[in-house]
Amino acid sequence: MGLELYLDLLSQPCRAVYIFAKRNGIPFELRPVELRKGGLGLGLGPEGSGRPNTARGDAGRQRLLGARAEKGQHLSDAFAQVNPLKKVPALRDGDFTLTESVAILLYLNRKYKVPDHWYPQDLQACARVDEYLAWQHTALRRNCLRALWHKVMFPVFLGEPVSPEMLAATLAELDATLQLLEDKFLQNKAFLTGPHISLADLIAITELMHPVGAGCQIFEGRPKLAAWRQRVEAAVGEDLFQEAHEVILKAKDSPPADPIIKQKLMPRVLAMIQ
Amino acid sequence: MGLELYLDLLSQPCRAVYIFAKKNGIPFELRPVEIFKGQLLSKDFSQINSLCKVPALKDGDFILSESTAILIYLSCKYPTADHWYPSNVQARARIHEYLGWHADCVRGTFGAPLWIQVLAPLIGVHLPEEKVQRNRAAIDRALQQLEDKFLRDQAFLTGQDVTLADLMALEELIQPVAVGFDLFEGRPKLAAWRERLEAFLGTDLCQETHGLILNILEQAANKKIPDPAPEIYPYMLLRISRIP
Repeated sequence: MGLELYLDLLSQPCRAVYIFAKRNGIPFELRPVELRKGGLGLGLGPEGSGRPNTARGDAGRQRLLGARAEKGQHLSDAFAQVNPLKKVPALRDGDFTLTESVAILLYLNRKYKVPDHWYPQDLQACARVDEYLAWQHTALRRNCLRALWHKVMFPVFLGEPVSPEMLAATLAELDATLQLLEDKFLQNKAFLTGPHISLADLIAITELMHPVGAGCQIFEGRPKLAAWRQRVEAAVGEDLFQEAHEVILKAKDSPPADPIIKQKLMPRVLAMIQ
Repeated sequence: MGLELYLDLLSQPCRAVYIFAKKNGIPFELRPVEIFKGQLLSKDFSQINSLCKVPALKDGDFILSESTAILIYLSCKYPTADHWYPSNVQARARIHEYLGWHADCVRGTFGAPLWIQVLAPLIGVHLPEEKVQRNRAAIDRALQQLEDKFLRDQAFLTGQDVTLADLMALEELIQPVAVGFDLFEGRPKLAAWRERLEAFLGTDLCQETHGLILNILEQAANKKIPDPAPEIYPYMLLRISRIP
């Protein structure tokens, strides 16, 4: 058994891992996980947890994910073995299992000898990527997550209304973080940490697609950021970018969670988006 | 001008950087920054780090923020023992796995007791008991995961050797200890890990690094903590509002 990646493309960090592996031609078995089907807890979070896909799931998604349908209990157990914290993204490489998207990206980066620009050997260039990856975890990631949940997932998926004040506050925080992204990181460079695309850009763009999926026009009135987005999409490849984001762009169409799943997810969701 | 490190030892990530640099004999100029005197917002400092955060590193013209990035930079640039940030792919991956979880579950959470008990009251803010309890519960959950998922039966968090992960964890765990929350009580495994780690680092270095924070309650009792500068009230209020 070769490399296996446990992913739900609804999740920001899963998208980054997926794009990175595909873009670099890294051979892997995709093990789709469906966070919205609940069961093991958290959904749609930064490093969410959930039950692996069962045979249900629309044909379009199957085609998109290229997955073999797998069923039931034995796959749940297999997933739990990979990852006792039951989180995505998760990686299994023979006996070695790994969680946390940055860890997975760096592992793939080193093991598969991808082009240097993703995570440069140069000490200072590498430090810039490390700096962004650290900053974003408690800044941009949090705001993008909250924007998706407050604008779409709470009302549509969980059937919980969100007050206009709360939503406005969340979107204002997101706006302030986007300003920081432009002013402190992007500045006048082509990409976030230099002239070439790196893991920083990949993590950033997949995160920004969360509020985009929620219907927030975050690139409107931000020509610098919009231009950066075009460059990142071109560097990744338009087709791959579309493929990776098909699921999040349909987040608004999530069918409502069934009451049992909702009950299980609520406390973990609330903890996640603090 | 050689390496400069801008640090406030009240801050957990600053202590991790300090202890790492000292333990590895990395020569640096310490540039003390006092957060509560508003020094992060000063013109001088914002030229160093326009994100206005500590820790910050200045190495000639190169300026770097974020403790993880700084620790990795130092471990790669200076002759440090391999175990801190091993070249082995899987061992290194384990450190990043810890740091990812740490960012979600430890950072922010373990800093809250100091805010609740000492810092928020300095500007007249008292958090409701509900939030205090919620924070305790989050701390307990994180400690359980620290033991079950990371430490397990190993000597240190990601294996048999001390790594950057252990430093980041130790400095966060010290923070609530400093305000009387003894989280090592009833957790012998974790207490043993702390002892091993502090023995490895050396008692003197630990005392030097932890002296300021471990004294914070006494300072508060003797009214020796300076009133926070008004310009940092917004930052303080924002930080307090983030406590769930």
